[in-house]
Amino acid sequence: MSLQNIIENWSSYRKGAEQGGHHNYEHLWGMVIDLNKCTGCGACVTACYAENNLAVVGHEKYSRNLGMNWLRIERYWDEPDLGEESVAEYQHHGASFLPMHCQHCSSATCEPVCPVAATYHTPDGLNAQVYNRCVGSRYCSNNCPYRLRYFNFYSYYEESWPAPLHMQLNPDLTVRDKGVMEKCTFCVQRIRTAKDTARRERRKVRDGEFTTACAQTCPTSAMTFGDLLTLHTPGGGVGETEAASLWKKHQVELGKSRQQKQNPELRGYRVFEGLNTDPRVLFLERVREV
Amino acid sequence: MNNLNTNAALTPEQEKDINEDIRWAKINEDVLHSMESPRGAYWLSIIVCLALLSLAVIAEIHQYLYGLGEANLNWPHMWGLYIATFIFWIGMSHSGTLLSAILHIIHADWRKPIYRFAEAMTTFTLLTAMLFPVIHLGRVWNMYWVLPYFSDRGIWPNFRSPLLWDAFAISTYLTSSALFLFMGSIPDLAIVRDSARGWRKKLYAVLALGWRGDDRQWRNFRVAYLVLACFLIPLAVSVHSIVASDFAMSIMPGWHITSFPPYFVAGALYSGCAGIITLFVLLRYFFRFEAYMTIPILEKTCKLTFAIGMVWTYLTFIEFASVWYGHNAVDKELLLSKFSGPYSIWFWQMLFCGSVLPFMLAVERFRRSIPIMFVVSILLNYGMWLERWMIVAPTLSQGYEPFAFHVIFPSWVQWFIVAGSFGWFGLLFLIFVKVIPSVSMYEVKEMIYHRRHLAHKDLSTVMHSRSASAGGNAAAAADPRRTPGTPGLEGA
Repeated sequence: MSLQNIIENWSSYRKGAEQGGHHNYEHLWGMVIDLNKCTGCGACVTACYAENNLAVVGHEKYSRNLGMNWLRIERYWDEPDLGEESVAEYQHHGASFLPMHCQHCSSATCEPVCPVAATYHTPDGLNAQVYNRCVGSRYCSNNCPYRLRYFNFYSYYEESWPAPLHMQLNPDLTVRDKGVMEKCTFCVQRIRTAKDTARRERRKVRDGEFTTACAQTCPTSAMTFGDLLTLHTPGGGVGETEAASLWKKHQVELGKSRQQKQNPELRGYRVFEGLNTDPRVLFLERVREV
Repeated sequence: MNNLNTNAALTPEQEKDINEDIRWAKINEDVLHSMESPRGAYWLSIIVCLALLSLAVIAEIHQYLYGLGEANLNWPHMWGLYIATFIFWIGMSHSGTLLSAILHIIHADWRKPIYRFAEAMTTFTLLTAMLFPVIHLGRVWNMYWVLPYFSDRGIWPNFRSPLLWDAFAISTYLTSSALFLFMGSIPDLAIVRDSARGWRKKLYAVLALGWRGDDRQWRNFRVAYLVLACFLIPLAVSVHSIVASDFAMSIMPGWHITSFPPYFVAGALYSGCAGIITLFVLLRYFFRFEAYMTIPILEKTCKLTFAIGMVWTYLTFIEFASVWYGHNAVDKELLLSKFSGPYSIWFWQMLFCGSVLPFMLAVERFRRSIPIMFVVSILLNYGMWLERWMIVAPTLSQGYEPFAFHVIFPSWVQWFIVAGSFGWFGLLFLIFVKVIPSVSMYEVKEMIYHRRHLAHKDLSTVMHSRSASAGGNAAAAADPRRTPGTPGLEGA
């Protein structure tokens, strides 16, 4: 953000998310999660732990809310006020599962508050966290309405992977030490690898060429990851990615805090859309027999 | 410490802000004496402060070695007592500016015997407050990254972050208030220099910056002091507004409130004034300042505190009303949870100490009682400290995300560091009042001079003496060895 850059592009810096923001995005990675398909099995959480070197903090620390689960399955009851006798058959009273990871908001509330600019938006449309730059003021986590940022309150790595478990660490990304904020990156190491491969092969990144660890692992394929901008098919054509077509199908548009749906039956929604954070994860509501 | 029986008829000494017959040499003598032999309680306080500070050092070392989790911070309670106490100390700093700058400009001369220590309070509370953002950082050793220094890699801090504005605002305020404090002490430091011996003489000679007390120096001094006072007032307002922005600029319920900047400034002045009352009582006792820190001055401070307390109460209810009538479900739920949820014990204490207790200050009988005011002022500050905690913690316990609703109580590490901050402040303050005259000698002389003449409606004498001494012997005010004569002080 040099001064010259700011002066030359002032009008575009003044654009809010509603006008498309000030980024000329190369990609716009996003996700669709179909809650009809989600069984709450937690395989995605496990995959995330394995892929992203998430520290296993142990029972005692986890119960003190010190867990580092970038992806969590939230469980809610549709009718929490039903009497005790209904507890045994709660599934019939609507346990719903909500897998939540960083929503990679287009106008992310965590970004402007960081004093050292350790979290910012990449040209890929990712909400990136630079561990090396983070000083640990934790303002970003406080200002995240989804509470999807996790802080290294201890040096977890010391006990998380006793030998030989350290051999399973993913070499494509770092292990974080205490005092640093971290969160879901949309498996940025996979994105990087895919982009590098595509550049070597002098082509664009193709849809379905790679996906995040959680989407890859989901046994019911509830998660669809992809570029929300364009699709470059194996044949070299240009079209829509699967994720982008789902967004379109459910008539949810980026850059809007209130969607105009022609068909009220459409299931797509974004969490806390009214806060105008413009999240990049589309949820498809669960349909249940009444 | 007496004066509980206030029903008796008041003697003139109890009615006047200061005894107008006090000799100027006696003022110098009393104040200089305070720098030599305080009561034993002074040394006891130093020991208490050192003990508190060592607790904090132990806690900080522990936290540094093991991690912030030891402080019982967690997800979603990323902030805790550190930030609450940070705001508290920044708030305390506002009273010095109120007394020395605002009351200086509006010519309220009763401030003169007590403004010096209030200004010292400003500087040292800021030094205490600045510790907290550092202590609470995850990686303390990288704290300088918040400052915009020139880096080879062209990396700058994020100028959009309210935390960065904090860093600028507080360091500007600290520099200016320290300068103001030092500059205002120069004539007094010259008096100390003139009577000191040995190495102290050298020290005060340097500090007094060659003050001779001649007419030109006084004139320049007056102008510079007024300019700095005018500069400091907007700074004081901006500092706490910016601290309020840490919350008001966020998106969270209970933080994103438009009225926060004025609310924070009112709260700051309130707790600062209460802090002045506490320290007033302590200094009066430690240094036997009964002749200068008089009951009528205490009363005036109490009235001021009461007025500010009512402003704070009003703004508190404005905040509730704006949330209530805003009909934002999340905000409203949080407000209700403050009244009835897990933090309600603290919240009701805060409302009682902040809004009900100050009515004690409205009663003359209580206002004139030093022990009662001592206790009340401490309780007022307890309420204001709770207020800051009740801003930080409930929002973290209950934000937007229902899955993250969680309540946690701070651990011993946080409490020790909070206690230690009082020790740190106390230590700095106590050392200061022993080394620098804590009652402004020259301003007390000014006050007495003007009162003596104006009180007797002897305006012609004042006018005459002013014109007669235009080229005059103003240095008499600063130098005890000269005969007082007719001073040529302007202003007051």
